Amino acid sequence: MTLRVTRRQFFKLGAAGMATSSMAMMGFAPEPTVASIRHFKLTGAKITRSNCTYCSVGCGVLIYSRGDAAINNIDDIYHIEGDPDHPVSRGSLCPKGSGLLDYIRSESRLRYPMVREPGSDEWQRITWDDALSRIARHMKDDRDANFVTENQAGHTVNHWTTTGFLAASASSNETAYLTHKMVRSLGMVAFDNQARV
Amino acid sequence: MRGGQINLQDIIARSATTVPSPQVRDGGIDPVTKLIDVSRCIGCKACQVACSEWNDLRDDVGECVGVYDNPLDLTPDSFQVMRFNEYENEQGNLEWLIRKDNCMHCAEPGCLEACPAPGAIVQYANGIVDFNSEHCIGCGYCVAGCPFDIPRISKKDSKAYKCTLCSDRVFHGLEPACVKSCPTGSIMFGTKEDMLDLAETRTNFLKSRGYENAGIYDPEGVGGTHVVYVLQHADKPEIYNDLPKDPRISPMVDAWKGVTKPLMSAAVGLAALTGFFHYVTAGPKEISAEDEEAVRADESSEEERQ
Repeated sequence: MTLRVTRRQFFKLGAAGMATSSMAMMGFAPEPTVASIRHFKLTGAKITRSNCTYCSVGCGVLIYSRGDAAINNIDDIYHIEGDPDHPVSRGSLCPKGSGLLDYIRSESRLRYPMVREPGSDEWQRITWDDALSRIARHMKDDRDANFVTENQAGHTVNHWTTTGFLAASASSNETAYLTHKMVRSLGMVAFDNQARV
Repeated sequence: MRGGQINLQDIIARSATTVPSPQVRDGGIDPVTKLIDVSRCIGCKACQVACSEWNDLRDDVGECVGVYDNPLDLTPDSFQVMRFNEYENEQGNLEWLIRKDNCMHCAEPGCLEACPAPGAIVQYANGIVDFNSEHCIGCGYCVAGCPFDIPRISKKDSKAYKCTLCSDRVFHGLEPACVKSCPTGSIMFGTKEDMLDLAETRTNFLKSRGYENAGIYDPEGVGGTHVVYVLQHADKPEIYNDLPKDPRISPMVDAWKGVTKPLMSAAVGLAALTGFFHYVTAGPKEISAEDEEAVRADESSEEERQ
């Protein structure tokens, strides 16, 4: 059906439109205005305490995620901000810490162990079990071959200088103690921390 | 109390609306203020990142143009930007003045006064001036009305955007995202009274350290602001990337909204009234029989053609 509008009807419609818009212009807006505040995006979030991964300051962060960890659901981190109860940072963060969300979501983020075989230019994915076994094997072989019990002067040194260890930055006192114990008990000398990298 | 629940009755002003907003129940709400102490800022931009993260904004990656300002200017996706200024003082020493530039949340907001879209800009009882993008028509009058050149129109949806002072956080009792992140305590948040107290303490400290002209930037021309600066050189705000010395709403906005618009509204109303009385006294336009015939013939021939 085509809509037939005579000239007279057209003028009437135009006049009605004009009257309505004039009313709106003079403040008699027929449309109610509502508050503009965004919905609070942290409502119902699961909050998990953690440490910033970047430097040795180890600022406290609160990780906000959606999902209740039910069997058919994969939780999703969607916001991170400072932990006000953390004694080091008391809620503040540096620009890197403030942007942790994009670090987590980064496409180039390392998600699983990978190995680049000698002579190869390709990284291959391996399982955690394989990775840990390989590292243990390499360490054992290298230590057996290069462990030094005495130096040239005949002093007992019991050290192992051909392998180094790089630890994480965001360690608690307890993990730092355990890491240190493990490394030193192997006789390892070269030991550094990601905090200074 | 510095916020309150999300409540339509906390609105004290809305754009292009002559009907007053319900405001009886805004008692007990203290005005809030963000205090930016320029002398403590190290320019780390944690506030910029926290702002983007909270507001779900990801601006385009820009290009280095030889200065630290990044992005170079405010954009619809960057509600705030750190402005780095190299200033040579009277002793010939370099001072690096870093000002966090964002919406000042004026007590008498030029954007709200200039806005022609009903309810697109609202002012809450705690002082926050917020854009209600749903009602924005993208005309850009707010940009012209702002004495600080803050709002930006998005090319994606032709709507204006600016800092909200994290109204969603404040209304749930939290501080704005930028305030929380700041690692040097350069950005503080609280009631205006508390912030002015703190600002005075900082000003006195700066004076004792040789900054004789240290002071508070809370300009009277726009009725005071809900974002207040502590400046080392309050006598020369222009050295902080052209912070206006005496910001005022443009006289053009006043002329349009204060005089022209009511006059025009009255003229339109008067025309309608005249038309009505003319109809009542003189009746509808009379059409002669020949004219009526001519129109009918015209319309029927048009129908035939189709």
